[in-house]
Amino acid sequence: MSLLEARGLTRHFGGLRAVDGVDFDLRPGEVQGLIGPNGAGKTTFVSLLSGRIPVQSGTIHLAGEDITRLPAQARVRKGLAYTFQITSIFPGLTVFDNVALAVQGGRAQIGSWRGGGAALEAAVAAALGQVGMADLAGQGAGALSYGHQRLLEVAMGLALQPKVLILDEPTQGLAAGEIAGFMALVRGLVPAVSVLLIEHNMEVVMGVADRITVLNFGRVLARGTPAQISADPAVQEAYLGA
Amino acid sequence: MSGAKVWALHLAVLVALFAAQYLLPPYHATNLARVLVLALFAMGYNLAFGYTGLLSLGHALFFAGGMFAAGLPAYHFGFSAGPALILSLLGGGVLAGAVGLFALRTAGVSFMIVTLMFAQAGYLTLIYFNAWTGGDQGFAVPASGRSLFGFALSSDGPRFAVAWGLFALGFLVCLALVRSRFGRVMVAMRENEERSRLLGYNPFVVKLIVLVISGLYAGLAGGAWALLFGYAGASFATIQYSILPMLYVLLGGAGTVAGPVLGAALMFWLIELASGLTSAWLFLVGAALVVLVLFAPKGILGWVREKVWRGLP
Repeated sequence: MSLLEARGLTRHFGGLRAVDGVDFDLRPGEVQGLIGPNGAGKTTFVSLLSGRIPVQSGTIHLAGEDITRLPAQARVRKGLAYTFQITSIFPGLTVFDNVALAVQGGRAQIGSWRGGGAALEAAVAAALGQVGMADLAGQGAGALSYGHQRLLEVAMGLALQPKVLILDEPTQGLAAGEIAGFMALVRGLVPAVSVLLIEHNMEVVMGVADRITVLNFGRVLARGTPAQISADPAVQEAYLGA
Repeated sequence: MSGAKVWALHLAVLVALFAAQYLLPPYHATNLARVLVLALFAMGYNLAFGYTGLLSLGHALFFAGGMFAAGLPAYHFGFSAGPALILSLLGGGVLAGAVGLFALRTAGVSFMIVTLMFAQAGYLTLIYFNAWTGGDQGFAVPASGRSLFGFALSSDGPRFAVAWGLFALGFLVCLALVRSRFGRVMVAMRENEERSRLLGYNPFVVKLIVLVISGLYAGLAGGAWALLFGYAGASFATIQYSILPMLYVLLGGAGTVAGPVLGAALMFWLIELASGLTSAWLFLVGAALVVLVLFAPKGILGWVREKVWRGLP
């Protein structure tokens, strides 16, 4: 039984078949990698999952419930969280407020109408603690370093208390030392959260993913364990070795 | 930043404004009553524009809507001030909700144009039904309509008290709102709407709620203007009355609670002063705005927040 399930998911832009009949399953408690060459349709595919782009045909189920026609914000409240590829935080607000927005908007809807409260503060502190930014709560988010902004993005995703967390190229632009910490963080999320990780960095994806799905020209080229994927000749030709 | 300090400071502002009626000469005390009503209007505008990022050019419609929702029943049916004020609140809120249902399908420049068109349509409607509204001439609100709990609103004391009371109510509601959970979401809409959608918020619903609240403020201010100063007219539905609250907010500081009243007061007395000096007073007002945009583009309290006190709500 899969937690997030897509069947025949399709989205064309004019003549371009960005996503072309993709079947996909994310199991409870797994980290699944999604890779593919540039333009393979990865970001379009997760945009369909998160609801940022409407589906042309196909279905999406989250924990057995059909969410194909739900708007993005309703999917978030059902437990499907998405963190942006291009850092998308609220630069004018403090780190605390950035995370508090996720805490009060997400699945658990924590917080009083007055905007504070011990439960909200505890949830914010927990999310910031998970990414190691607890001491930066009072800072303006716009003043953070790039690496910290990426981690803040992840903290906001975690603060939504999702069932499924979609991370869209989270390590892009991180320093080597930050990447090791990030891999440990992702492994630490399962099995409470299932993770779909879109990633260009092969070392990261081979290191943290339980299974990998490879997209090419909007279709599934291969899926399997990291070992199977790196041994797959079709994948090597399309992506790794070519 | 401590909540108690913020509340104490804003309560002190209210006390100072109340005391000002005894310190100012009577002529300026009446002007302060006008400023407080205009500031109430501007606070509503600020909730939409300053906090939520909705740049409306149609708030004159909500102001005039409240003015006529209070003025017409007082003029034609002998309503007293209490029920008339409640009608003005409803008038502004209902109009803002109706306009918002259509206008909020757009954003940015289109939103400005659509709200402007609605306000213009409202102005022409007031002119068209001139048998009821008095058209260009407007009408004077009769004494029966300017009576609240037996007090005549045409006399200085009760007039100031009502202007101050309505302003204080709006001021404290505004402060509580922007510090609330919902206030945080309003700012999120202004800062990054797509991100807030992916945090579980429906931008259309949030913005519609804010626009209705903003319309309640504008409507109440319009109704108060008619009842306190005894006149309602279609000229209050013109574009000028959509621009004025924006100028007050920009001058005082968009997205600050006390900015609108500061901006309204400064602008009011700047015009007063400039028109006493020269017939080209608009030139002086324009020059002041240019200076503002050059040296403090976030307004006075916006500058204070940036340089002095980051936690200023």
